[in-house]
Amino acid sequence: MTEDQHIQAILRLGDDTLVLGQRLSAWCGHGPILEEDIALSNTALDLIGQARNFYTLAAARENQGRDEDKLAFFRSDRDFQNHLLLELPNGHFGDTIVRQFFFSAFALERYVFLSRQLMDAEVAGIASKALKELQYHWEHSAQWIIRLGDGTEESHNKVQQSIHDLWSYTGEFFEADEVDQAGFEAGLLPNLELLRDTWNTRIDDCLQKATLQRPEDGWMQRGGKQGIHSEHLSYMLAEMQILPRTYPDASW
Amino acid sequence: MVRTVHDPELPYLTVEEMGMVRGVSLQEDQIVVSLTPTYSGCPATDVISEDIEKAVRAVEANAKVEVVLSPAWTTDWILPSAYAKMREHGLAPPEGRSADRAFLMGQGKIIPCPRCQSKNTTMISAFGSTACKAHFKCNDCLEPFEHFKCI
Repeated sequence: MTEDQHIQAILRLGDDTLVLGQRLSAWCGHGPILEEDIALSNTALDLIGQARNFYTLAAARENQGRDEDKLAFFRSDRDFQNHLLLELPNGHFGDTIVRQFFFSAFALERYVFLSRQLMDAEVAGIASKALKELQYHWEHSAQWIIRLGDGTEESHNKVQQSIHDLWSYTGEFFEADEVDQAGFEAGLLPNLELLRDTWNTRIDDCLQKATLQRPEDGWMQRGGKQGIHSEHLSYMLAEMQILPRTYPDASW
Repeated sequence: MVRTVHDPELPYLTVEEMGMVRGVSLQEDQIVVSLTPTYSGCPATDVISEDIEKAVRAVEANAKVEVVLSPAWTTDWILPSAYAKMREHGLAPPEGRSADRAFLMGQGKIIPCPRCQSKNTTMISAFGSTACKAHFKCNDCLEPFEHFKCI
């Protein structure tokens, strides 16, 4: 694994958590009930905190005078390497929860590996903290999936539709590119094939409890890790980045 | 000086009682305070960092705070003196050790009400007013209360 690939792997962890954290934060003040509003906002805060840690680490490693803010606010859409699922608009509450459910199962298993690997102690430190936070995110979204799936006819149908709509974005989690492969060989990143098995177990168990159908695997979306995004990311970044880009020295 | 700095979210506790201060050292004429944040996204961390720098610089200008992420902070590091203070302020302290996964997820865990000590309590939400707290209610005195999550 080259030094560049190592830094890229850390940046990707930051991109995943920042993009989803930014999306989720838009729920603040719009949650269906007060407790849920707080839960989604807290989850967003955890994810953005994780992103800050990964970005700070990546910036220190690349040593080019950038910091967490430069990486978050002064890179363009093509430079972001997050999974496509995470940049999709929030949709309705069911869409948001299904996205959270798919990602949390993946991120949780990824952090289990990252917290135990011995190749990069600083990544392990960030991951072992993030792992505990992800336990809560996973549990929270899984309970909602069961409640909505095994709830009323309307909630069942809506969440089943969300699962169908978002399913094609889950394949990308497990498609290894050169960075994933090099990271796996170096012992920094997990084997994505094995991760797919544990992810499947988590998802299938929960869907069964929720009386929901797992969609057939078909054509899968891809491109996020190569910087090829949906149009949604560009709009999201425009809104997120406009202030620091317009007033680069702004502070409060 | 570091002992005088309080957690802005739990102002009755010092950062030392919270187990966030990993150490104070002298590195080439500079005082370095090592600090471990409680949660990845806790907004209080930046404030705490600034407060510590301010407190130390009152006696020695050449000082800085260094954030240490590994090993990750755990509620196991909270000092025993903090537990009584949390209860006094109506906050149920962490129960058990963080290594116990059942405790982490709140499964089968009984959180006594900090007001009436009843063990007949229910979790309303795993997410509270700050990242570190969960929301509970007491089924006996009917008061809602917060619980400092065990992580």
